[in-house]
Amino acid sequence: MADTQTPTLAETHSPPGWLRLLWADKYATVAAVFLLFVVAMAIFGPSLFADLSSKVNFRGRNLAPFQFEHGWLMILGADSLGRPILARILVAAQNTMTIAFFAVLAAGIVGGSLGLIAGYSRKLVSDVIMRLADVIMSFPSLLLAVIVLYMLKPALGNLVLVLAITRIPVYLRTTRAEVLEIRERMFVQAAKVMGASTWRITFLHILPMVLPTLLTIATLDFAFVMLAESSLSFLGIGIQPPEVTWGLMVAQGRPYMAQAWWLSFWPGLMIVLTTMSLNLLSNWLRTVLDPAQRWRLEGSKETANV
Amino acid sequence: MGSFVLKRSLYSIISLVGLLVLVFFLSRLTGDPAALYLPVDAPASVREAFREARGLNDPLIVQFGDFVWNLLHFDFGESLRRQRPAFDVVLEAFPWTLCLAAITMSLVLLGAVVLGSLAAMNVGKSFDRISSVISLAAASAPDFWVALMAIFLFAVALGWVPTSGTGTPWHWILPVAVLFIRPFGLILQVVRGSMITALSSAYVKTARAKGVRQRAITFVHALRNAMLPVITVAGDQAAGLLNGAVVVESVFGFPGIGKLMIDSILQRDFAVVLAAIMITSLAIFIMNLLIDLAYALLDPRIRY
Repeated sequence: MADTQTPTLAETHSPPGWLRLLWADKYATVAAVFLLFVVAMAIFGPSLFADLSSKVNFRGRNLAPFQFEHGWLMILGADSLGRPILARILVAAQNTMTIAFFAVLAAGIVGGSLGLIAGYSRKLVSDVIMRLADVIMSFPSLLLAVIVLYMLKPALGNLVLVLAITRIPVYLRTTRAEVLEIRERMFVQAAKVMGASTWRITFLHILPMVLPTLLTIATLDFAFVMLAESSLSFLGIGIQPPEVTWGLMVAQGRPYMAQAWWLSFWPGLMIVLTTMSLNLLSNWLRTVLDPAQRWRLEGSKETANV
Repeated sequence: MGSFVLKRSLYSIISLVGLLVLVFFLSRLTGDPAALYLPVDAPASVREAFREARGLNDPLIVQFGDFVWNLLHFDFGESLRRQRPAFDVVLEAFPWTLCLAAITMSLVLLGAVVLGSLAAMNVGKSFDRISSVISLAAASAPDFWVALMAIFLFAVALGWVPTSGTGTPWHWILPVAVLFIRPFGLILQVVRGSMITALSSAYVKTARAKGVRQRAITFVHALRNAMLPVITVAGDQAAGLLNGAVVVESVFGFPGIGKLMIDSILQRDFAVVLAAIMITSLAIFIMNLLIDLAYALLDPRIRY
């Protein structure tokens, strides 16, 4: 088998940049480009299209898609108030992405820190933290969200809070499992012998080793959180109008399903494409960050068919 | 075995108590309970009577005692909208969801095991690639959107199945199909992965050396060992199935516990929400226990 010698082969060349690694996986390239487009929409969408997306036009109610005479914004059709669907999708990207981003960020930071502590502290502390994670895990995330959103107002901040809480155990468990393995390694022993404090060891020596794994999970989790937010908004207990997310747009198109399928179809398609892109990108990240798998993307033609 | 069951039960009781405390304090400390329990349009006199009848003027600790005491007697209070005990309302809805989840999960396991094993037998070939694309797409699809599109296509445009409701077996096809998609995509991947590991193990080589047929090796020798991680993930997914059930039941007007929960939230019927949450957590706990026991049955090396 040639795969035992390819890593050393690759090391003799100058290490290829991550762009070349991305180019080696065509699915991941397409996914990354699409995600860049979504992020750009999330940042600039509302400032460019906010007025157009809320302009009511009763003559264009439920306008069918692919009619070019009404201008390019109407190409995906118009909703029940004659507002262009394309513009609304571009604007809704911001709320959809913001909620998912902050939920994943909060869950990652809290879960990661707790995981570091649980992995590097005494048994009692670790046990308490793990039991807490079990409590959250033992309950369907949507139900937990439902309880909290019943009592608090379904605002953007609360939605982020709820989604973050339900995702904490994922990061916590992964980080702890990694720390348990890493803490036995030589460089940690060396740091300890040199008199480094526990905080210094966990955050400066162990954390950088765990970070790539956390990043991979976060990419995958972003997709999950986005789906959860969409479900909540669809059910009417997430984001409330006049704010808009893709999930809410699907819900708003629901009563018109029989006459105008495009009201719900396009925002849902955006959710599918974004989720799929995140999954593909996460697969690619896992391959790149795993030294045993990385050669698959680095190899030339002779090594690629191993 | 006995001590294991005891330990698991203890953990679950701790989580249940944690949940109870959370629900109680969130409902009492974040504002006027009368505003929370009653519909928004309830008149002031009704609110006052409600406060009086529920003992909301008692000290907080007494209120918590009453709350727990009633729960222990399965007394969740009256449903505001239905004028019946909330527990009865939930017990009526529960079998529907249980049935829906059971049918879906059986189909998911059957489909994922067969397709996943076939993919593992043909790693890298076109069948494997197609099945991994399918599983990726299935895991990425938002169930509420798929449900709407399925209704539009199969019920409205083609008229093959009813749009919503219950009554005939035809009514079950779309809800089961939509609920099927996400766990199927995830479990298919797990089956494939663990099957690849199992197929390269020593006992499979032994079986092959003895001249056992490939199909028998895959589905008899390897499958039993490959099922362990699958069952763990299937257990997680079964709890996740309830998430899906909430969405799918609301879209298809299916009278299960998920639709009941969302309706009760929108109608601010707190007693029913609480009862539904308690019964669901109990069901999930029992199921997790069964999965752990199935684990021990499948693998004689595991002893609790």
